[in-house]
Order: sequence, then structure tokens, then C-alpha cells
Amino acid sequence: MSSEKSRRSGNEDPNAIVSVLRDDGTLDPAHDPHLGDDEVKFLYRHLVETRQLDERFVALQRQGRIGFHVGSLGEEAAILGSAYAMRKNDWLFPCYREFGAALMRGFSLQKLCDNMFGNANDTVKGRQMPCHYVCRAVNWASISSPVGTQITHAVGVAWGAKIRREQVASLVYFGDGATSSSDFHSGVNFAGVFRLPVVFLCRNNGWAISVPVERQTATHTFAEKAVAYGIPGVRVDGNDIFAVVAVTRRAVERGLRGEGPTLIEAITYRMGGHSTSDDPNRYRENQAVEAWAARDPLERVRRYLQKRGAWSDADEKNLKADIDARFRAAVAIAEKTPPPALESMFEDVYAKVPWHLAEQRNEVVSGPRAPTPHG
Amino acid sequence: MALINMVQAINEALRISMRGDERVVVLGEDVGKVGGVFRVTAGLQEEFGEERVIDTPLSENGIVGSAVGMALYGMVPVVEIQFADFIWTAYDQIVNELAKYRYRSGGEYSAKIVIRTPVGGGIRGGHYHSQHPEAAFIGVPGLKVVIPSNPYDAKGLLLASIRDPDPVVFLEPKRVYRAAKGEVPDGDYLVPLESASIVRPGRHVTVLAYGAMLYEALDAAAKAADKGVDAEVIDLRTLWPLDINTVIDSVKRTGRLVVVHEAPRTNGFGGELVSLVTERAFFHLEAPPVRVTGFDTPFPYTLELEYLPLSHRILPAILSLARS
Repeated sequence: MSSEKSRRSGNEDPNAIVSVLRDDGTLDPAHDPHLGDDEVKFLYRHLVETRQLDERFVALQRQGRIGFHVGSLGEEAAILGSAYAMRKNDWLFPCYREFGAALMRGFSLQKLCDNMFGNANDTVKGRQMPCHYVCRAVNWASISSPVGTQITHAVGVAWGAKIRREQVASLVYFGDGATSSSDFHSGVNFAGVFRLPVVFLCRNNGWAISVPVERQTATHTFAEKAVAYGIPGVRVDGNDIFAVVAVTRRAVERGLRGEGPTLIEAITYRMGGHSTSDDPNRYRENQAVEAWAARDPLERVRRYLQKRGAWSDADEKNLKADIDARFRAAVAIAEKTPPPALESMFEDVYAKVPWHLAEQRNEVVSGPRAPTPHG
Repeated sequence: MALINMVQAINEALRISMRGDERVVVLGEDVGKVGGVFRVTAGLQEEFGEERVIDTPLSENGIVGSAVGMALYGMVPVVEIQFADFIWTAYDQIVNELAKYRYRSGGEYSAKIVIRTPVGGGIRGGHYHSQHPEAAFIGVPGLKVVIPSNPYDAKGLLLASIRDPDPVVFLEPKRVYRAAKGEVPDGDYLVPLESASIVRPGRHVTVLAYGAMLYEALDAAAKAADKGVDAEVIDLRTLWPLDINTVIDSVKRTGRLVVVHEAPRTNGFGGELVSLVTERAFFHLEAPPVRVTGFDTPFPYTLELEYLPLSHRILPAILSLARS
């Protein structure tokens, strides 16, 4: 065990917000993660892809072609920057707004679209709502809708790795609302006690559906909660992808050195509704949204790249056209793909179908068909 | 073979599992240094170390949630929840996460955990050390629910539960933890899940029981025999998925059914058992099935022996059913 002093390292000033990317497009050397232009362009492409797909999925939902979407408008840098800091063998536990990070790690756009349509090729076999896909190939966990429940799972993965002496860290995404959950408390506490390499990434986006952060906590910041668990807490400008990469990398390195978890509060803003089922005009003013629009995480990276002469208007146009073409092709296939086989409803409940499910399967298969959802 | 009790038998199963499979870890409150409040995990930390026999912070949802993560990573966690009465803060993790992981991930992941927890009354433990909540787990798609009644089954069923690919809630009837003794082989053996055991063959009435109440059913059956009624007593052993064939075959032979359980009657497992039997063997029944159960009250402290469905309540049910 290390001394009290080193356990607290990283808690220099609980109110300080780490930022790197200045308004003039230069970088603060104090926290610069030293990303090459190719790396920044890679990130920028995925930021744009995430934004553009968000808009397209909302449109598909409004057209009645998919049932639901829960997006990441405005929070893209917090999501992609932190995922970028994780290595291939690390694990990621999504909340539900992080499809952009899954794609960046190698999940296919086709599979994402298959999930949005819940078709036979959906990785979760049409069993969950849209945006509840899974991708084991990139160590991407399964998504559940209840808030905060994935936090302890990330702890367990890091714990298992530590027991096996394997250098694997985990990152778990959750929002400000999840910090009120018992799973947040249990997860952070367990990881602190056992000094596990977990990055707790709290996207403080201002809102839990309609409830503002003031109703989640009486503390001034979310990062300062770390103090109660004996771990470092870091606040970072969540709309500054350089800063997010830097603090997440530091948290991973610290964890893999055996120094335990880090709580990161990425300060950002949920520019859209909670989901396509939500209308934020019922509970918030537009002024806040406009103020945050000026801090748009994509614009800031584009200005940086343009200032360096690494990104042109033609690049921008080509990128958007390419995303659009890939999106249209994937949707065309996904929409044509039939729903999962009826029998599949009874599979994977258990490793083998037990007698009572076999009976119920036979009852359904030999019985009348339900009406189709769209008549 | 040695004459041992259930605590020792479960301990042996854990030890064999941990020796044979590095992925198996034990975690829970007080399971390490002190070997569990019932001493079921005694000596395991000495043999396997603090990393595999883990004293956790006091948080049931933290224990089960972390164990789910460990299982995703390929470990096989055997969780101890100190008393089943304390399991409810972990219920969301068990129902929404553990039990659903394979299904909701399209089979890409599975979360294999065994949750061991002592259940039942008769130990002067009051409401918070006596409940018997099997029904809350039987109704959850994705879970298997197992309950041994004796040392031989306890060891063989736990070994089978740890090797089974699905999450198992393993209920341990604490009233007979030490009272039930039996000959148990020293080595590794399995009692298959989903296999009920006809403990006492009989012709006139089928009595379904499990856990500590099996002994009450057997006592009542012995007394019924003195009055000329030959009751068949079945130890269900795995509650879900049920060994349906053994149950239905028995009722078809006897034509009469008594179900015994400690849990409250309403929405208890007895209701499901009676429904399964009436759906499948209605025309074999000579009389309406009878449930002998705990009452629809919280578990009482002073009057616990009045609450429990002991032999004195099972016997009249058997006799009146046999004569109807």
C-alpha cells in the first residue's frame, strides 16, 4: 500500500478543469497528448461520422422506419476522446450514447444499422431496442437501459484481469444522473479498495432526461466525489478532445501501474433531447444550448486542423459524402433484412433450451402469427 | 466416504472446484479470514489466497455486479450472499444483468456465476435471517435455482452448478446445515441439475418438498404410514428448470398431491407446481391438490415454529387428502 499522499495524487485542485485546445486553435503544452495530424484527422472523421449518423438516425425515427434513437449530439469529443485512449485489449462499458466509439473501435456500420432495425443480422438478434448493440470482438460490453448498472461490471473485468496478472484496463461511461445510483457508489468503492485499473468516465451533460445536475448532487462538482473513495478525481473540458485523450490516457497508465481507478468528470452538454422520445423544450431554455453551441467539439477540432493546413473544405465535403454513402448503403441492406427467426426468441435464455421453453417455442411456432407492427 | 454435514460438503465442493479450475473465485462478506458466518468457506483463503477468496466491502449489488464483470472476463465467480434476506439490493443485478446477459448480447457474452445463499427459518433468526425467497428467482428467465437437502446432494449439486454454463442461484437450507449428516464420497462427483429424487416411494399421495422441509415431509410420511397411508416424498433438488417428468409420473401413480414450502403461500412456487400438475395430470387427480406453506405474513420471530409448514401441519394434509 502506498502512502496517504500518493493515494490522493491527482486531486490537486478539485475545481480545476483540464483543457488543451485553446480558442485560437493552439494547444496548451501542459496537458498536450501529442497527437499527430493523422491521429487528429482520424478522430475528426469519427466525430463527424458520429454527428452525421446521429442526425440520420433521428430522421429515420421521425420517418417511422426505426423505433428509437438515443444520441450523443454535443458529447462526441468526450465519448470518442476517452475511447481513443483505451488500448485494443482494454474493455469498454457503454452507457447507451456511445455508438460512435464502438464504430471507432471497429464495430461495423452495417451491424449498427442492423441493430437499429432489429433484424436477423443484429448482433443482439432483435432482442433489444435500437442503440443496444454488442460487439465482443472489440471488447464492447452489452448495453442495458437501467442507469449505472454497468459500472460494477467494468470493475469486475478489471478485477479479473488483475487476478490473472493481465494488463487490461476498463473504461465505463455513465452520465451525471448515474452518480446517484447505488451501482456508482459500489463500483467506485470496490475499485478504490482493490486498486483496480478502471476509468470511471462521467459525462456531465447537464441533464438526466429532464432533471438538472443540481437535483443529482449537493456537491459542487462530480469529480470531487472521488475524494470520498480515496481515488483521484479529474475535471476535463469534455468538448476538448485533446484534453479528454490526455486525462484518460493518464488514468489508464495510472491504473495499469497498480495505482487504482480514476474518476473523470467530462464537462459537456446534451445538445439534443434525452432520446427521440424526449422533447427538451418542455423543461429547458434555449440560451444554454446556444452558449454550448459556441463550444462545439467538432468545430474546435476542424479549426485546429485548418489552422495547421491539414484539412480543406474539399476534405470536409468528401468526408460527409462518404459517410452519407456508407450510411445509405447500410440502411438499404438493414431495412431489407428480415426479422429474426421466430425460434430465436427462445435461444440464449439458457445455454441449452430447457423443456419449458421448448414447449413454449412449439406453441408459438404451431400457433397463429401476431399482427405485423406496421399493418 | 466420510460422514459429514452440509457445511463440510459445500466446502469440499468449493475446494475441489477451486483446485480444478483457476477461473473459480469465491467472493462475499466475511468469506475469507473468518470462513463465512456459517463457516462454509473455512480454510479456503488459507489454501487459495486473498485474491481468489475475497472479503468484499459490504454491498450485495457491488458483489454481484463485480462478479458479473469477472464472469464476462472469463472467471467463474462463486458469490456468497450472507443471508438470502440481504439479497434484494442485488436483485436488479441478478434479474436485469446476470440473468439477461447471454440473451441480450445475442449469445456473444455469458455471465456464469453461482450465487450461494442460506435460506429458511427455524434458527431463531427473525424476519431478516429466515426468509425463503425461491419464487423471486424461479420466475426470472435465465436463472437456474437449486436447493440441496443433504450433504451428498449439496456437494454434487454445487459441483454441477459451478460447471453448468448458466447462472445458478444455489439456496442452502441453513436449518439443516449441520443437522443433516450423510456419507459423502471424498472425490469429485456430480448430481445432475434438473433431477428430482424420490426419497420415499409410496402409492397414495405425492408430497413435493425441498430443503429443510424435506425432513418434515418425511416425518409426516412416516407417521402417515402408521395410519395406513403410503405417501411418496419427492425432493425436487432443482426447483427450476423443474424435473417435470418425475413429478408428473408420480402424481399420475398416486392421484393426490401435497406441496410443501416455507415461503408464503400466495404466488409461492407451490402455485406453479399445482398448475403444472393440473395442466398435465388433471384426469389422474382424485382430489384437489393441497399446499402446506408459510403464511402470507412477514416471517415471525417468537412464533416461527407456528409459521413453518412442519410435520404437524403436513400430516393432517396427507391424511385428509388420502381419505378424500
